Amino acid sequence: MSTALDSKIPPGPLEQKWDSFKIGAKLIAPNNKRKYTVLVVGTGLAGASAAATLAEQGYDVKAFCFHDSPRRAHSIAAQGGINAAKNYQNDGDSVERLFYDTIKGGDFRSREANVYRLAQVSASIIDQCVAQGVPFAREYGGLLANRSFGGAQVSRTFYARGQTGQQLLLGAYSALERQIALGAIKMYPKTEMLDVVVIDDHAKGIVVRDLVTGKVSSHAGDTVVLATGGYGNAYYLSTNAKGCNVTATYRAHKRGAFFANPCYTQIHPTCIPVEGDFQSKLTLMSESLRNDGRVWAPKAKGDKRNPSEIPESERDYYLERKYPAYGNLAPRDISSRAAKEACDEGRGVGESGLGVYLDFADSIKRFGVNVIREKYGNLFDIYRTITGEDAYTRPMRIFPAVHYTMGGLWVDYNLMSNLPGLHVLGEANFSDHGANRLGASALMQGLADGYFVLPYTIPVYLASIKKATQTYTTDHPAFKETEAAVNSQIQKLLSIKGKRTVTSFHRELGLLMWDKCGMARNDAGLKEALQKIPALREEFWSNVNVPGSGDCLNQSLELAGRVADFLEFGELMCRDALQRTESCGGHFREESQTEDGEALRDDANFAYVSAWEHKGVGTDPELHKEPLTFEKVHLAQRSYK
Amino acid sequence: MNFHLKIWRQRDANSPGQLEDHEAKDIPASASFLEMLDIVNEGVTMRGEEPIAHDSDCREGICGTCSLTINGVPHGNNKAGIATCQLHMRTFQDGETIYVEPFRAKAFPIVRDLIVDRSAFDRIIQAGGYVSVRTGSAPDANALPIPKQSADLAMDAAACIGCGACVAACPNSSAMLFTSAKMGQLSLLPQGQAERGRRTLAMVRQMDAEGFGNCSNVYNCSAVCPKEISASFIARMNRDYMLASVQDGLSANEVRSGE
Repeated sequence: MSTALDSKIPPGPLEQKWDSFKIGAKLIAPNNKRKYTVLVVGTGLAGASAAATLAEQGYDVKAFCFHDSPRRAHSIAAQGGINAAKNYQNDGDSVERLFYDTIKGGDFRSREANVYRLAQVSASIIDQCVAQGVPFAREYGGLLANRSFGGAQVSRTFYARGQTGQQLLLGAYSALERQIALGAIKMYPKTEMLDVVVIDDHAKGIVVRDLVTGKVSSHAGDTVVLATGGYGNAYYLSTNAKGCNVTATYRAHKRGAFFANPCYTQIHPTCIPVEGDFQSKLTLMSESLRNDGRVWAPKAKGDKRNPSEIPESERDYYLERKYPAYGNLAPRDISSRAAKEACDEGRGVGESGLGVYLDFADSIKRFGVNVIREKYGNLFDIYRTITGEDAYTRPMRIFPAVHYTMGGLWVDYNLMSNLPGLHVLGEANFSDHGANRLGASALMQGLADGYFVLPYTIPVYLASIKKATQTYTTDHPAFKETEAAVNSQIQKLLSIKGKRTVTSFHRELGLLMWDKCGMARNDAGLKEALQKIPALREEFWSNVNVPGSGDCLNQSLELAGRVADFLEFGELMCRDALQRTESCGGHFREESQTEDGEALRDDANFAYVSAWEHKGVGTDPELHKEPLTFEKVHLAQRSYK
Repeated sequence: MNFHLKIWRQRDANSPGQLEDHEAKDIPASASFLEMLDIVNEGVTMRGEEPIAHDSDCREGICGTCSLTINGVPHGNNKAGIATCQLHMRTFQDGETIYVEPFRAKAFPIVRDLIVDRSAFDRIIQAGGYVSVRTGSAPDANALPIPKQSADLAMDAAACIGCGACVAACPNSSAMLFTSAKMGQLSLLPQGQAERGRRTLAMVRQMDAEGFGNCSNVYNCSAVCPKEISASFIARMNRDYMLASVQDGLSANEVRSGE
């Protein structure tokens, strides 16, 4: 296995790299494609679109998800929209501009070539989805409507009410189901991947557990594709679905795949504030609301008056004040920190004081309540259902919450990990969003990877395999050994029968991560977390109570395996955050800020991707660096003022 | 708040099930129904018993995973338009006895306790719930203008989260609201026209083969639907089905003769 990081970026000018890659890329002959088995793990936007497209092309595809149906993947919860450089609004958008906005939004910590390609294929995604019957919002003339999102001064976001992720996922799901019906994909729902099988330093299969029967079994393939999402649930409370976890990517990491930039986590500025310690998850209010909502906090500390009783002159519209050029549409990391700052100063609202207002009064006055209802009605409904408050007459209370993780398994330009044969797509990889993701770019990246990138890059690996000597069946001893390791961990979890529930450990880890490795991080806090996490992990392995047995549906057991991984992975996040002493995007080190409290990058020392190599639990991982070189953009202090 | 729960427990599809009593104590009024069950399950686990199995994921009403029948009503709606995960304890009376059961239908076999197998829905989609378009073969997205009204109505149908409450609420365990919603979305859009007849026949046949019943105009389905999908899509489906059957050279009776 290679430990040197070769990003395999094609030569030539940035604008021509993807085209020249495609011209020079190897192909697999149509009648040979069916001889290659591709194992796709995870069937959200990235996994479903990849599985469907690869099956259309003729590969033998097996797809796996832990949900009861691929339609339930967490991509479904994305509300606001998907970016594409269509310039349908004639407002000056272009591939160049989407590329630049994404690089800048990511605080210059992503790979230029990947981001440029993403901007290039973005337009094709919209074409594809419309052809599938995705009911995007339209204007009366019948053409597609757009709206604006944070970090952009053009209107390039396509949307389907507040349910864009759902509609795009159902589009990809319908393409997937069509291939299942044609026999081109064998689908394994309710099946969780628990390990990657590595033979001669290549990923050649996976070990899975059937979540209904409890049976552990293996699948062999020529390549493994992980599209298993992000790790936001390391914080316990996040906007992620309950099932989201790091298990697939972390276990691949333990088998040799490098984990890149694990400390880059996105805290979304507009979520419904936490109510109490019973709370199981947080709910996002789409960033699109910031098109028409104005964010403010009272000027005075501890002002507990009803918002309607606070006059204009005593309100601080702090985003408009601090970032006049972008105002309420400042990027997510900046908006989140500004909210934290207001609350830290004691100006927060609501019972807990951990909240600020998002106020629609002005827009309702200007456009009428019906226009606002048409645009955001379902979001206002969600808000009322959860809080019992009416946001048409009283400003929403919002607070930042963990939402997305930019870090992920390291991949090269072909989306292949340093572990040959292991491809990684969507949120599970690290490549496109740098240190901060712009709104409406996750859907774009997931579908770009699955529909338009991997289908072109996967032959690079497949054509390199010598089928005669590099094809394995599950009879190979490596499969038996990996299965035995998985079974032994399951038995161990079931045998402890201690005094604490799995959830209590998860919650404790989450609070620690939020406190020490959340919106702001510092040297002392991270070192403290690095002391506490191993101790918590030790307690878990001696005192957790996982009831029941392994031979049937056992949700405590499923959760225990995932929390066990978070208890190791959390340590890696803190270690990465400690090592990167600069601030960038979602990673804010208190020691590294400008005079007015903005994130201060250190390009001289940190313009690289941190890729961590696992060296054993409790042993320090080894850091590998991929230098980031910029030929197109000029590195600048990010300004949205 | 305190509640007496009567919860359906069943080890697997082949074992008999029964209602089991549980006490939910000191529940915050702002907790969701699923968070109330989380609290109960923490207690069950600490007593060394196996927690009540129930499915959920996004907990914001969009993934369609949660599927509880509460006091006889799928999703326990005190008003239409929410999924189980969006139901809050403040809408119950303190001290109330609450019955919690799975979504019940022949075509949704029980997996364990409150979890049912809804893979029949996936098979209905496999039968034709798609537009056959290869990746990369699409024309420009604005090449074909679509009237806003059609797009909006298609979106009303497309909002279906595939939870199956419509089936559980129907006295005939009919899946016609689910099936007609997907069909309605595609038949309202120009992209869906080429396969319209084929799709209609195939999806209806699959729906019947899965063991779902027929619509007898009770409209419980719409009443419990978290996305308030209108039963008028069933009427659209019936019209399309009639037309497609004639075009297919078959009478509706022949096609549905298995019933």
